[in-house]
Amino acid sequence: MKNTIDPYLKPVRESYRTRVSRLGKAGIFVAFIVVCVALSLITPRFLTVPNLMIIVTQVSINALLAFGVTFVIITGGIDLSLGSMVAVTGVVAALFARSETYPVVVPILAGLLSGLLFGAFNGFVITRSKVPPFIVTLGTMTIGRGLALILSKGRPISNLSDSFNFIGGGQLLGVPMPIIILVVLFAVCSVILRKTVLGRYMYAVGGNEQAAKASGIQINNVKMAVYTMSGLLAALAGIVLTSRITTGQPNAGAGFELDAIAAAIIGGTSTSGGTGTMAGTLIGALLIGVISNGLDLLNVSSYYQQVVMGVIIIGAVVLDSVNQK
Amino acid sequence: MPFDRDYVLTIRGLTKTFSGVKALDNVELTVRQGEVHALMGENGAGKSTLMKILIGLLTADSGEILLDGHELKNGDVNEAMKRGIAMIHQEIMAVPELTVAQNIFLGRETTGSLFGWLNDNHLNQQAKQLLDQMGISIRPDTRMKYLSVAEMQMVEIAKAISNDARVIIMDEPTSALSDKEVATLFGIIRDLKQKGVAIIYISHKMDEIFTIADTITVLRDGQYIGTRPAADLDIDRLIAMMVGRELGSLFPESSIRKGNEVLSVRRISRTGAFSDVSFSVHEGEVLGIAGLMGAGRTEVARAIFGLDRISSGEIRIKGQPVVIRSPQDAIQYGIGYVSEDRKGWGFVPRLSVKQNITLASLPNHTKGGLLQEKSETDVATKMIADLRIKTASPDQHVLYLSGGNQQKVVIGKVLLASPDVIILDEPTRGIDIGAKAEIYKLINQLKASGIAIIMISSELPEILGLSDRILVLTKGKQAAMLSKEEATQETIMAYAMQY
Repeated sequence: MKNTIDPYLKPVRESYRTRVSRLGKAGIFVAFIVVCVALSLITPRFLTVPNLMIIVTQVSINALLAFGVTFVIITGGIDLSLGSMVAVTGVVAALFARSETYPVVVPILAGLLSGLLFGAFNGFVITRSKVPPFIVTLGTMTIGRGLALILSKGRPISNLSDSFNFIGGGQLLGVPMPIIILVVLFAVCSVILRKTVLGRYMYAVGGNEQAAKASGIQINNVKMAVYTMSGLLAALAGIVLTSRITTGQPNAGAGFELDAIAAAIIGGTSTSGGTGTMAGTLIGALLIGVISNGLDLLNVSSYYQQVVMGVIIIGAVVLDSVNQK
Repeated sequence: MPFDRDYVLTIRGLTKTFSGVKALDNVELTVRQGEVHALMGENGAGKSTLMKILIGLLTADSGEILLDGHELKNGDVNEAMKRGIAMIHQEIMAVPELTVAQNIFLGRETTGSLFGWLNDNHLNQQAKQLLDQMGISIRPDTRMKYLSVAEMQMVEIAKAISNDARVIIMDEPTSALSDKEVATLFGIIRDLKQKGVAIIYISHKMDEIFTIADTITVLRDGQYIGTRPAADLDIDRLIAMMVGRELGSLFPESSIRKGNEVLSVRRISRTGAFSDVSFSVHEGEVLGIAGLMGAGRTEVARAIFGLDRISSGEIRIKGQPVVIRSPQDAIQYGIGYVSEDRKGWGFVPRLSVKQNITLASLPNHTKGGLLQEKSETDVATKMIADLRIKTASPDQHVLYLSGGNQQKVVIGKVLLASPDVIILDEPTRGIDIGAKAEIYKLINQLKASGIAIIMISSELPEILGLSDRILVLTKGKQAAMLSKEEATQETIMAYAMQY
């Protein structure tokens, strides 16, 4: 037995595909650095601390939404109600933040709670019915917009307390609050995805729902969790936005879901589920921010900017589909 | 080799490299007119690569392909098709919403009218002629989606014939066919031979090969091993050529040390699937479940594992009645299930070997809510060694493993949840003979360690070689419970076809 070589024990080499797909994943990081270097060579105004602060602050709201939708897309779902959740939660927070009636934790908790309930409702309908997430969240997108208008009676809610306005407009040790929130949430979401049982289950459910079920995973609990987290993150985005513009706007956040989904996809999250990383999504969101900032600095009209952004999204998906093969 | 008129296809010195790894190394293949030429080899031997090059999907690095003595342009699908090479794929590639006739003439629609409007009547007539010639009674205006797999295959063959195919490649054509349908297919193949069409036939089923093939060519690890007339070979010699070594006995003797009863079911039924099934299985025992396709074997397994509900009856674990509502419940009660559908219910392709192995027991690898990578790696590495899983590393995606190794990953996952009883549903389906031997060895090891095993299989040699007792199901009913001594291929088949 010892001198026969068993062909089944020969190690297989890492396949060509594995290597190509790794290259594809690195591609977005490389692209991001290339764009940054190029912009700093073209315009000296790009690589300055104040400009970079502006970019990250602007990116923070989209990034928070993108983190949530990354969880959802990894499980094979989608969440189109993000923008409406931003409006609902922003309005709810604003209602409790008028002047100094309550301490600042009250509007924050109220906003978060409304996002949690909204997200849980998405998850509940998706897991209890056979209706696809695309349709369910398309419905709740409209419901959410209506709720925001009802709660605010169709008018902006202003005169918010200073402590509330600090969340989006204040600074801590010279760093804008939205950046701090972004960094903390990035860390939390990365840990959830990579280091917890729930995170692993997300990949399993999105990668092969049946195999996940046969492994004893409670599929519905995982789905409830991701839509609820998506709602919580949307609420956080809603609070930051409301605080930054110092107004609860029932019309805020329209179309935000598309930017968030774009960030996740550019960052390598596959729309077919089962793959994706928080780092990729963060880079995706930053890339969108950097490019639009760069085009602003170069005085490119916003009409052209939209065309450029569309090309980037399609390019990223082409990269993704090459990886899938 | 001198050019021979008889040879419709001659392949010489074909080499194909994928990023430094030789998939084909100086391979040759010569196929005569009107012969069925079996191409044999284990998974990964290079059969599909060779066929993909032949139909122009891949480009060879070097070597030549002669069709009727004339060189075939490398890597050109249209050229290969025009020159008469057709492939009947393992998974049927047809447009389900189009009719049979529309599928047959897809891309070559001829018009019967002056202005070039499409004319379905004309198409249907042409298709009917063709199908009649083949002796197939399928209506040409039926939509493809309403056909059985066997019928779809016939249509694919009709399409190839209408294309004046000289060489038809059939890749595992019988994998989804019943015995009767296989007979029909073989009839068609014999007709094609009469007409001088050459068939390149790929299959893992030995009995089929010896029934239908005239000549057999064997590949191993991308190398050409040899070509022999089928009449000069028998199963053992062919296997020796394929694996390059003697396998020894596929079914080693195993001791029976039957222990306590682990699982028993009493008169369990599920409406529309099976009724009144009762059996028990003990520690260190293999209970085989035999039966024809559709006898309800998988349905029984799924119900015990909580994937489906039973409508009546009782399941007992170690004597205690239990209610199993979900796979979580089943796993809690110490039941493991390895599905017949490895890709569908077995593994998550884009998770690594390690992540798949720990998937059913993940909470055991956490500390303070966080996953412990090292603990996962340790357990997975041990399982990879124990089950002899051939993988580059524990972090390789399962997607890239061979069928046999994917199956071992699934078994490893189930074992890690430390089951008392394992249900193996067609554990060797679609994996090659070397890997089968490994799975058999593994089953005997599990048995020796005191695990109770329920094994469902359509391969009678497997059932007879491994089982201590055999339950035969027929049309959802229990036909017999046979002891090892009573069971033969004949008795099992007699019970399986009863009613």
